[in-house]
Amino acid sequence: MNKASDVMSRRDAAAVPQIRDTVARRGSVFLSSHPRTRLGLLIAAPLTWLVVVYIVALVALLITAFWQVDGFTGEIRIDWTLNNIVTVVTGELYHAVTLRTLGVAIAVTIIDIALALPIAFYMAKIASPRMQRILVIAVLMPLWASYLVKVYAWRSVMSGEGILQWFLNPFGIEGPGYGITATIITLSYLWLPYVILPIYAGLERVPDSLIEASSDLGAKSWASIRHIVFPMILPAIIAGSIFSFCLSLGDYITVNIVGGASQMLGNLVYTNVGTANNLPLAAAVALIPIVIIFGYLFAVRRTGALDNL
Amino acid sequence: MKLSRFARSTLGLATGLVLVLVYIPLLVVLVNSFSTSQSLSWPPPGFTTDWWGKAFQSQGALEAVATSVQVGLIATVIALILGTAISFALQRFAFFGRDAISLLVILPIALPGIITGIALNNFFRTIMGVPLSIWTIVIAHATFCVVTVFNNVIARLRRMGTNLEEASADLGAGVWTTFRLVTFPQLRSALFAGGLLAFALSFDEIIVTTFTAGVGVTTLPIFILDNMFRPAQAPIVSVIAVVMIAVSIVPIWIAQRLAGNEKIVR
Repeated sequence: MNKASDVMSRRDAAAVPQIRDTVARRGSVFLSSHPRTRLGLLIAAPLTWLVVVYIVALVALLITAFWQVDGFTGEIRIDWTLNNIVTVVTGELYHAVTLRTLGVAIAVTIIDIALALPIAFYMAKIASPRMQRILVIAVLMPLWASYLVKVYAWRSVMSGEGILQWFLNPFGIEGPGYGITATIITLSYLWLPYVILPIYAGLERVPDSLIEASSDLGAKSWASIRHIVFPMILPAIIAGSIFSFCLSLGDYITVNIVGGASQMLGNLVYTNVGTANNLPLAAAVALIPIVIIFGYLFAVRRTGALDNL
Repeated sequence: MKLSRFARSTLGLATGLVLVLVYIPLLVVLVNSFSTSQSLSWPPPGFTTDWWGKAFQSQGALEAVATSVQVGLIATVIALILGTAISFALQRFAFFGRDAISLLVILPIALPGIITGIALNNFFRTIMGVPLSIWTIVIAHATFCVVTVFNNVIARLRRMGTNLEEASADLGAGVWTTFRLVTFPQLRSALFAGGLLAFALSFDEIIVTTFTAGVGVTTLPIFILDNMFRPAQAPIVSVIAVVMIAVSIVPIWIAQRLAGNEKIVR
């Protein structure tokens, strides 16, 4: 009995700890009464990091676009000039490559949306819950496989002696080989899960009752999809297109591996930095995708797509 | 939803077909890793396990894996700290410029890798005057990994609310005790998911890495890219690819389990 009450009193002592006047306690009191200090402490490190490492680097790069390289020494000279911008805006090479890159990015986006819509619809509205889980895993799994591994896989598939040619041989068809078509196929493959997932999430948010109400009011299933489902998932579709479009626009490694001799904007930036050692021109070329991406994001901002990412 | 049998089966068929197409290239890599052909020819002229043995003895490949793991781990730790701090700041406080900061977090991943890459290359070498090394890769990776932690943690904070923390403070717990005993346990799985994504992102990144890696620093993606076009090494790349796909099942499994647990908690 005595022992039990002893345990009890010890437990009571543990339950109500003494407030000791330590440095930690004082800091805690100070922080709870000064929310602005709390905010300052929280935001100081990440904000410094992002501004110093990223914004400074990015702004410095964009400024470099207005400098030039000394033809003699190959060093960058701080002479303010619009030459690089003029070269990029008027050069035929840059026009051709910009149009090709845009074409590839748009084609990839259209293919991905066309493939993603039926899959996402099946996953969200038709499949049983068990099947739904399996499909989500099946769609997510390739995301974890390395980017290079997937591009390399398509290099094997598209190779002149690869499985695609082997499959097409009996029909007497020549495969596309390495080139723009291969690039479009590979990029569509790479970004497909990024397009499926937001559309699937968007469809999940469309209540079945709305679709039922629509069919009760006499709409055929196609009419329900067009007038009820489609407008509701449009932001999600655009969110998916942001991934496929922006990611395709900047890519240069895929086109190196499966694109044969074709070049995209990324390759021009790459060669200007590397072999040509002309950072100012590379920075000027880099402005093209930046402008296009910001333009695209600005254009779709009002659709609410950015909240669906 | 009421759809005709025909429409249902067509959609099911389309789904199945696309998924088959998604997995064929990965299967081709698996088969190629056992092929005696070095030129990716199909069907394989013969089968061998030589490449598997060679890959596991390849000094270059093993060192590249070690470098990638090291970079990934350090970058993830930095991203976890910065990402968590910024999520708290943006979710728990209202202040001027909050939207600009959330855009700033997303920007490093939203802009093409090559732009981030040359910007950081120029920043390190010309502006800061530091030679490129393994640490410049870590700094670059941490910068674009913050967003994965941020997304996970801020979503969790939104759902958590502040009731429990206020209760804890009312009961006399200080800021630290509340964080340790109340906030952190609720955040743990979000931190884990964000950290896992950050590590995966870093482990797989090639473009920014190319521009921020010092001479002689080889991460796994750099190793793969260097050896892909060498006939004698290409099958080893296939082996590495298969191992990476196999290993990637682990994070999927963990993520799936985490998601399952969350549903029960909710």
